[in-house]
Amino acid sequence: MLHIINKSPYDRPAFYSALKTGEGAILLIEDGVYAAAKGGVAEAKLKAATDKFKFYALTADLEARGIADRVVDGVTLVNYAGFVDLVAEYKTNQSWL
Amino acid sequence: MTTKQFMFVNRKAPYGTIYAWESLEVVLIAAAFEQDVSMAFLDDGVYQLKKGHQTKGIEVKAFEKTFGALEDYDVTKIYVDQESLTERGLTTDDLALPVEVFSRAELGKLMEEQDVVLSF
Amino acid sequence: MKFAILVNEGPYTHQASDTAFNFAKAVLAQGHEIFRVFFYHDGVNNATRLTTPPQDDRNIVDRWSKLAKTSELDMVVCVAAAQRRGIVDDGEMKRNGKDATNLAPGFRISGLGQLVEAGIQADRLVVFGD
Repeated sequence: MLHIINKSPYDRPAFYSALKTGEGAILLIEDGVYAAAKGGVAEAKLKAATDKFKFYALTADLEARGIADRVVDGVTLVNYAGFVDLVAEYKTNQSWL
Repeated sequence: MTTKQFMFVNRKAPYGTIYAWESLEVVLIAAAFEQDVSMAFLDDGVYQLKKGHQTKGIEVKAFEKTFGALEDYDVTKIYVDQESLTERGLTTDDLALPVEVFSRAELGKLMEEQDVVLSF
Repeated sequence: MKFAILVNEGPYTHQASDTAFNFAKAVLAQGHEIFRVFFYHDGVNNATRLTTPPQDDRNIVDRWSKLAKTSELDMVVCVAAAQRRGIVDDGEMKRNGKDATNLAPGFRISGLGQLVEAGIQADRLVVFGD
């Protein structure tokens, strides 16, 4: 299934909480994109989960926050059209608000 | 009418924000529409289920009474995340309702089986 | 494919309404259908026509109203959440003895059943909130 995360991992546990469900795809949007920034504590957690999850991040939100040039390897960037495609691709989606 | 599997994912504590309360209102409506409804409680959401809320002092309605009505609406699939309970020093004895306890991975599987997942 | 969108936060404070709007536009641009956009919790505040942002800022309410018009979107505001937060149409004004209305064009006030129906009728429902 598709998990949509809009919270910074440095503020709230949504990202880590979603990782514990097992497998699927994780789309990072809004403040959630901070989980995809290189050099932070979240990077190791994300990398350790790449065998179980596919990771995506919304380009507009990365750009807005000045971190589009430091995205962790293995995270696929998508625009809003790509966001729509992901929702269409997975039968179930959940927003970890 | 089509019946779909609706799961309501509750991850927020009660009272500090209105999300939990307004979520419960949707649960009851979905049940009235005869949908296959389940509720999952994880992270701070497990605090919603804690027994013995005394809300007079903050002048808002307590959850327990409405939770009690869930059974009348045939909402009996109440799932709770074991890890969230443990992290918070709670056991099922502390909860106001009979629940089914699952691991996070098991809950993930249950989520995946749903048609609609609503989170507030 | 038929999409439904749930917006749980008001304009400006959270990004949720912006993201939901951009998502809605992309859904339509991809040739999909939007069955309904439902506004709940503080999301009902997206429906007040009294919003007046500075001229150099986006007008989130107008933007939804315009999209509703051009794309014939069904935008529904939850009645219970609207009553709590003072979002009022003609019917609500009369029913509750208020002296004004503020519902923006393109929105309508209705019950939570409309959200459940959207979940049943749409192939996908996406939640935007905080």
